[in-house]
Amino acid sequence: MSHADQPAGTRRDFIYYAAGGAGAVVTGAAVWPLVNQMNPSADVVALSSIRVDVSAVEPGTQLTILWQGKPVFIRSRTEEEIAAGRDVDPATLPDPLAENANLADRDAPATDQNRALSEDGVWLVQMGVCTHLGCVPLGTSGDFGGWYCPCHGSHYDTAGRIRKGPAPRNLPIPVAAFVDATTIQLG
Amino acid sequence: MSGIPHDHYEPKSRGEKWLSSRLPVAGLLSDTLTIPTPRNLNWMWIWGIVLTFTLVMQIVTGIVLAMHYTPHVDMAFASVEHIMRDVNGGFMLRYIHQNGASLFFVAVYLHIFRSLYYGSYKAPREVTWIIGMLIYVLMMASAFLGYVLPWGQMSFHGTAVITGLFGAIPFVGESVQTWLLGAGAVGQPALNRFFSLHYLFPFVILGLVLVHIWAFHTTGNNNPTGVEVRRTSKAEAQRDTLPFWPYFVIKDLFALVVILVVFMAIVGFMPNYLGHPDNYIEANPLATPAHIVPEWYFLPFYAILRAFTADVWAVQLVHWISFGIIDAKFFGVLAFFGSIVVMALAPWLDTSAVRSGRYRPMLRMWFALLCIDFVVLMWAGAQTTEFPYDWISLIAATYWFSYFLIILPLMGVIEKPESPPATIEDDFKAHYPDARTPSASPAE
Amino acid sequence: MTKFKTTFLIAALAAGLTGGLSGGLTGGAAMAAGEGLVENYDFAFEGPFGSFDQMQLQRGLQVFTENCSACHGLRYVAFRTLADEGGPGLPEDQMRAYAEFYEVWDTSLEDGFGDFRTATPADKFPLGGFVGAPDLSLMAKARAGFHGPYGTGISQLLNGMGGPEYIASILTGYADPPACAPEDQEGYYNTAFANGGFPDACKDEDGHHTVPGSWIAMSPPLYGDDVEYADGSSTELDAVAQDVAAFLMWTAEPHLNARKQAGLTGVIFLTVLAALLYLANKRLWAPVKHGQDEV
Repeated sequence: MSHADQPAGTRRDFIYYAAGGAGAVVTGAAVWPLVNQMNPSADVVALSSIRVDVSAVEPGTQLTILWQGKPVFIRSRTEEEIAAGRDVDPATLPDPLAENANLADRDAPATDQNRALSEDGVWLVQMGVCTHLGCVPLGTSGDFGGWYCPCHGSHYDTAGRIRKGPAPRNLPIPVAAFVDATTIQLG
Repeated sequence: MSGIPHDHYEPKSRGEKWLSSRLPVAGLLSDTLTIPTPRNLNWMWIWGIVLTFTLVMQIVTGIVLAMHYTPHVDMAFASVEHIMRDVNGGFMLRYIHQNGASLFFVAVYLHIFRSLYYGSYKAPREVTWIIGMLIYVLMMASAFLGYVLPWGQMSFHGTAVITGLFGAIPFVGESVQTWLLGAGAVGQPALNRFFSLHYLFPFVILGLVLVHIWAFHTTGNNNPTGVEVRRTSKAEAQRDTLPFWPYFVIKDLFALVVILVVFMAIVGFMPNYLGHPDNYIEANPLATPAHIVPEWYFLPFYAILRAFTADVWAVQLVHWISFGIIDAKFFGVLAFFGSIVVMALAPWLDTSAVRSGRYRPMLRMWFALLCIDFVVLMWAGAQTTEFPYDWISLIAATYWFSYFLIILPLMGVIEKPESPPATIEDDFKAHYPDARTPSASPAE
Repeated sequence: MTKFKTTFLIAALAAGLTGGLSGGLTGGAAMAAGEGLVENYDFAFEGPFGSFDQMQLQRGLQVFTENCSACHGLRYVAFRTLADEGGPGLPEDQMRAYAEFYEVWDTSLEDGFGDFRTATPADKFPLGGFVGAPDLSLMAKARAGFHGPYGTGISQLLNGMGGPEYIASILTGYADPPACAPEDQEGYYNTAFANGGFPDACKDEDGHHTVPGSWIAMSPPLYGDDVEYADGSSTELDAVAQDVAAFLMWTAEPHLNARKQAGLTGVIFLTVLAALLYLANKRLWAPVKHGQDEV
C-alpha cells in the first residue's frame, strides 16, 4: 500500500486538521449572529418603507412628513410651477443630474419630467434636506419660486433643483411610487 | 511556577527576543499553557474549562443583549420582547444567555463537589479554594442581579424577597435595604443599578478567575489520588505529568463540545424548561405570585433560609442567648450565608491526613449522602413550607451543616483510610498497564 | 474507582434533573389549592422536529379575530409579523388589509393631543378592550399545563411546559357546576382552571377540593361551530380550541420554527465536531496510554 510512502506525519495529522477545521467552522457559525444582531432589527426595517395618504393635499400646497428621521416634501404643484419647471435646460444648471433614485439611469438629466413623480408633473416628492449642510429649506420662497434655505442662502426652483447659493446638488428624490390613486409609498 | 521542575520558555527568534526583553508575555502564556499537569486527571477535571468558556459566552451574549435592552420599569419587559421578536437572532442570544446561567451553575456545582470529594481544598490549595468560593458568591450575585432585568413577576417579587433578607439584619437592616434599593421598595432605582452591577460583576469574576488559575498553578493541580507530583527531579516530574497543551487542552475541548451538544439541544428544544412561566407576565407590584420561587440553582440555599422558623429549638436557643437580637428571620439569613461559609472553611475543618476521598471509605458514604442532601435541598426549596416539606428542609439543612462542622473534623480522627498509591505514575499505570512513561519522551 | 463513579453519576444525574425542580413548584403548591385537569393535546409544533402548521395558525387567527379580540389584546404582536415566515404567513396585501381593520392611538396626531388612526403593518395589535381580560401575546408561555409529579419536574421534561395545552383545556373545560356548588357562585365552572373562586361547600373537612378546577371569571368564549373555516376544516369545539391555542403559541414564540432549526443544526455540527475531537484526543493520548510508537 502507498501509506508507507507518505511523509511521516501527514496521516497521523489528518484528524487534527479535520478537528481544527470543524472547530473553525463552528466558531464562524457562532460569530456570525453576534455580528448580525447589530444590523437593523425587524421593527426598524418595517419603518424603512411607509405609505402616505395624499388625498388631502390641495394643489399649490405641500405635505411634509418625517421618514427615517428626515423630512420629506410632498408637493402638489400648480400649472405655473410645472411650466416654470419644464422651461429650463438642465445643462445650464449647477447640478445637471436628476438625483432621482427611481430612475434606472443614474446620469439622467435634471429635466422636470425626470424629477416629477407623476406624468402630469403635479406631484413632486423630494427630501427636505438642503444638500449644503442639512437645514430644512422653506417652501414657496426664494428667487426661483421653489424653496429657499435660510441657513446659507441656497435657492431651489419649482422642481427642487439648486439654482443659486452654496448647495452643490438638487434636492434628492427618494424611492417613491403611487400604490393607488391617493397613496404614495416611500421606500 | 508550580515548583515542578520543567523546561521553561526560551525566546528563539529575533522577534521573540525583542518582545521578551520588553514584556515577557509570550513566555507567560507559553509556560502557562504547557504547565506540567498530572497524567491521571479524570473527567471530573473538565469543569474548569466549561466554566471559563461559559463565563466568556455569558459576557459576549450579555454585551450584545445590552445593546437592545432598556433598564426602565416601563420599557424593560417590552425591550426583552423586542429582542425576542425583532432583533436579528435575538431570540437565540436571549435563550443562550438565559440557559447559559444554568450551564454555569451546573458546571460550578460539579466543580465544587469534585473538589470536596478529592480534597482539592486541602493544604496547600486553601487560597485557590477561598478564591473559588468568592467567585461562587459573585456568580450568585450576578445571576440574582440579572434575573431582575426582564422585569417579570418573578423578577420583581423574587428581588423583593431577597433584598428583604437584608432588612432582617438587626439594627442596621432597614437602612441597608433602603440603601441597596435606593428606595423603600423595588422599583426604578433598583432596576437601573442592578443593571449596572450585573454588567460589572462578571468582569470582577474574570479577574478572580485569573487569580484562581495563578493560585492553582502555583501549587500545581490536585489529582484523583491526592498524591502530589514528584518534585525531586525533572525526570521524575515528567513521569507523573504531561504538558497541559496539547494533552489536556484537547481532552477538555472534547468534553466541552459534548456538553455544548446537550446545551444546544436545551436551548433549541426546551429553552423555558428551567425557567418559570410567571416571568412571562410583566411585573405587577400589587399582585404577588402564588409561589415565589428562585431559579433552580438557588433552591438549596432558599430551602436552608426557610427551614429555620421560630419553632425550631436551635432558633429559640439562639434567640434567648442573644437577648432577642437574633430572631427567626435573621437566623435564616445567617444560615443562608453560613451554609456557604462552612463550605469555605472546609480546608480547616477537615482533619484527615489523606487527601482524596477515593481512599477514605467512611467519608465516601457521608459524601454520597451530602450529594443526595444537596438534591433534596434543591427539591425542597421549590415546595411550600407546609408539612412535610418543612421537616424535610430542616433535616436536610442540618445534615449540610453537620457534614462540614461535625463529620469532616471527626472523620480525620476516627476513619481508617486506605493507602493511596506511592506516585501518580503508579496510579496511571494501574489504569493503563501498557502505558509508557518517559525514559523516552511522550509523543508530541 | 467504581465507587466515585457511582457517586458522581448520582451527582451528575441529580444536577441534570434538579433544574426541573423549579418547574415542579406549582405541582407542590397546587395540591393545597385546586387541581386543574389539563389534557395533553398533540400539537404540530411539539418535539425537536415540530413546527407550526401554517393553516392552523391562520384558523387560529380567524378565531382570535372573531371571538377573542373583543376583550383581549396582543400588544407585543406587530401586524407585519402575520406575513412573516414561520407564522400564519398571510400574503402581504392580506396582512395590510387585516391591519386596516384596526385603529391605533397615535400620540403624534392632533398637535400632541393624540387621535385614533388606521393601523399600518408596523403597528402592534391594540390593547384589550376589557380591563379584566389579560393580554394574550405571551399567555402560552406564561402558563404551565403540566406539573410534578411531587415537584420533580419530570412531567414537563417529557410533555413540555403545557402552555398551549392549558389554554385549549380551559377553552374546552367549561362544564356544568357540581351539585355541591351554591346557586350564587360567581364565575363559570371550569375543570381546567385552578386559580379561580371555589365555594367552601365543595371542600372536605381538611379544606381539600372535592372537584377539579374552579370558577373562572370569563364566560365560555367558544361552544363549537363558532367560526366557519373557508377550507371546511372541523369546527368542533376541540378543534377550534386547539387552533386558537396554536395561534397563541405563535404569538408567544413567533420564531419557534427558526429556533428548533437552529437547535438541530447546532446539535449536528457540534456532534460532528465532538466525534472529530474524540478521535483526535484518542490519537493524541495513544502513545501515552498504550506505549505504541506510531510512525
